[in-house]
Amino acid sequence: MARRRHRRVAARLGTLLAHGVLMAGALVMVMPMIWMVATSLKPAPEIARWPPVFLPQAPSLENYTGAFATAPFGRFFLNSVFIAGVATIFVAATSLVAGAVFAKYRFPGRQFLFALVLATAIVPFEAYMIPLYLQLVSIEWINTYQGIILPYLFMAFGIFLMRQHVASAIPSELMEAARVDGAGEWWILRRVIAPLSGNALAAVGIFAFIQGWGIFIWPLLIANDQLLFNMELGLTAFQFRFSSDTGKLMAGSVVSVVPMLAIFLLLRRRIIENMALTGLKG
Amino acid sequence: MASGAEATPLAVGVPADGMALRLRRRLRRARIPLFCYVALLPVLALFLYVRIIPIGFGFLLSFYKWNLISPRKPFVGFDNYVTLMSDENFLLALKNTTIYSFSTVALSTVLALPLAVFLSRPGRLSAFYQTVYFLPVITPLVPMSIAWKWIYDYNYGILNYGLSLVGLPAVPWLTDPDIALWALVIMGVWKVIGYNLVLFLVGIRNIPHEYLEAAALDGASDWQRFWRITLPLLKPILLYVLVTATINAYNVFTQVYVMTLGSQSAPGQAVRMLVLDIYTNGFQFFRMGYASAEAVTLTLIVLGLTVVQFGLVRNDPAKEA
Repeated sequence: MARRRHRRVAARLGTLLAHGVLMAGALVMVMPMIWMVATSLKPAPEIARWPPVFLPQAPSLENYTGAFATAPFGRFFLNSVFIAGVATIFVAATSLVAGAVFAKYRFPGRQFLFALVLATAIVPFEAYMIPLYLQLVSIEWINTYQGIILPYLFMAFGIFLMRQHVASAIPSELMEAARVDGAGEWWILRRVIAPLSGNALAAVGIFAFIQGWGIFIWPLLIANDQLLFNMELGLTAFQFRFSSDTGKLMAGSVVSVVPMLAIFLLLRRRIIENMALTGLKG
Repeated sequence: MASGAEATPLAVGVPADGMALRLRRRLRRARIPLFCYVALLPVLALFLYVRIIPIGFGFLLSFYKWNLISPRKPFVGFDNYVTLMSDENFLLALKNTTIYSFSTVALSTVLALPLAVFLSRPGRLSAFYQTVYFLPVITPLVPMSIAWKWIYDYNYGILNYGLSLVGLPAVPWLTDPDIALWALVIMGVWKVIGYNLVLFLVGIRNIPHEYLEAAALDGASDWQRFWRITLPLLKPILLYVLVTATINAYNVFTQVYVMTLGSQSAPGQAVRMLVLDIYTNGFQFFRMGYASAEAVTLTLIVLGLTVVQFGLVRNDPAKEA
C-alpha cells in the first residue's frame, strides 16, 4: 500500500518535472520572437542600454515608420507576397495534374518519371544553383521576377503529396463512371478530381507559400535591382547598409515574420499533420 | 513497367457489350497515354529545365575551368577536384559543415526524443507544446537570424547579459569563428527541434498499445519499455529524421550569411561552410567550374547519407516484424 502511494507521488513529481522542462523549452522557443518584437518597440536609447531592459518602457512604433521610410519595405513586402503567391498557384496546378496522372493512369514511363521526380528532390538546391544561374543568364532572365520565381514553380513534394491523396481518396470507379457518361480526361481532372482534392491542395499550397516566402539564396544571386527584392533579401540589404539601427532592423524582421506566424497559428494542425505525414512516408 | 493500352486497369469490371462500344472504349483507352503525356508535358518541361538540366550541367561544369568573365573555358578533367583536396578554405568548410550538421542533429534528437516520449501520453497540453515547439520550424530564416544575431550581440546581447548575472565573462559569440560555429549549432537546434519532436511523436503514437501494455504486465519498468520496445520500433523514423536533418544541415547558408558575414560597420569573420564557400567561389570570384566541383561534392555527401539511410532501414529487423 505504502509503496504504491510512494510510487504514485514519484510519478506525479516526474510529470511535474517534465512539464517544468517542457515549459522552459517552450520559453526558449518563443524567446527570440518575443525579444525581436520587444526590441522593435523600443526607442533607440532603450536599445543600446546596459543592463538591457526586457520590455520596452516607452513603447513606440517609430522603428516601424522609420524602417518603411528608410527602405522600400512596402515594396519588398509586396514582392514577397507576389513571389510566394505565384509560386503557390503554379505548384498547386502542377502538383494536381502530375499527382493525378501519376496516381490514376498507366502509361509507359510512369514509374521511371515518378522515381526521377522523387530522386532529384534529394539533391539540394544549393548544389545546382550555379548551372541554373548560367541557364537564366543565357535566356536573359537574370534580374527579373520570372527568373526569381522559376525554380519554385515546381515542387516534387507537392506532386508526391497529391499522388498519395488522389490514389487513396478518389475512387477509380467514379472516374470510370464519368467516362461511361462520355466525359473526357480533362473534364474528369477538373470536375471530379480537383473538387475532391481541396484539403490536399490546400496543404500543398500552404507549403508552397511558406517556402516561397522564405526564399533567400536564389534572390540573392539573381535580383540585383532593389525593386525586385523580397522581404528576406531586403532585410539583409538593410542590415548591411544600416547595421547600427537595430530597432528598425527588428521592425522589418517582425513584418517579415508576422504573415508566417498568422498562417501557422490559423492552420497549425493541418501544417503539423502534413509535415509529419510526408516525413513518415518520404 | 506497364506497356501500352492493355495495361489500363480502369475498364476492369465493366462488361464488354457490343462491337461499337468496345471499339469506342478501345479508342478511348488508346487516347489515355496521349492524355497523360500532354498533361504532364508542361510539368515535365519545367522539371527538366529547373532540375534535370542544372544537375547534369553542374556535373559537366565541374570538369571545366569556367570563369564567368573569361571567354576561354577549357576542359580540365579532374583538376578542380584535385585542387579542392588541398584547398584549405574548402577543407575547413567541409570540416565546419560536418561538425555543424552532426552536432545539430545529435543535440536536437537527444533533446526531442524524451520530450516526445512524455508528450505521447494523453495530456491536455500536448497540442500546445507541439504548436510552440513547431514555431521556429516555419518562421523565415532571415528575420530569425537577425533576431539571434541581436541575442548573441557582444555588447548588448541578452545572452552575455545572462552570463554577466552569474559572474561569467562576455563571450564573442559571433566574432570568433570557433565560437560562432557553436552559436550556429544552438540556433540550428532551436530551429529543428520541433520538427523532430512532431515526427517522433507520430512514430511513438503509431506503436501498438498492446506491446507496451503487455510489457507493463510483465513488470517492465518505464525505462525498460523505452529501450526494449519504443526505441527499436521507432528506429525507421529515427533514422529518417537523423538523415534528412543531417542533409538539411549540410545546406546551411542563410544563418551563416546573416549572422557571421558582418556588415560595413562591423566586419565579422565568416564561419566557413560549404554553401557559403560555393557562393563565394561562384559569385564573388566567378570561378563557376570550381564552385561546381564543390557543389558536386555536396551532392555526393547528401547521396551517400541517403544510401546509408536506405541500407540501415532495409536491414532493420523491427521493420519486418
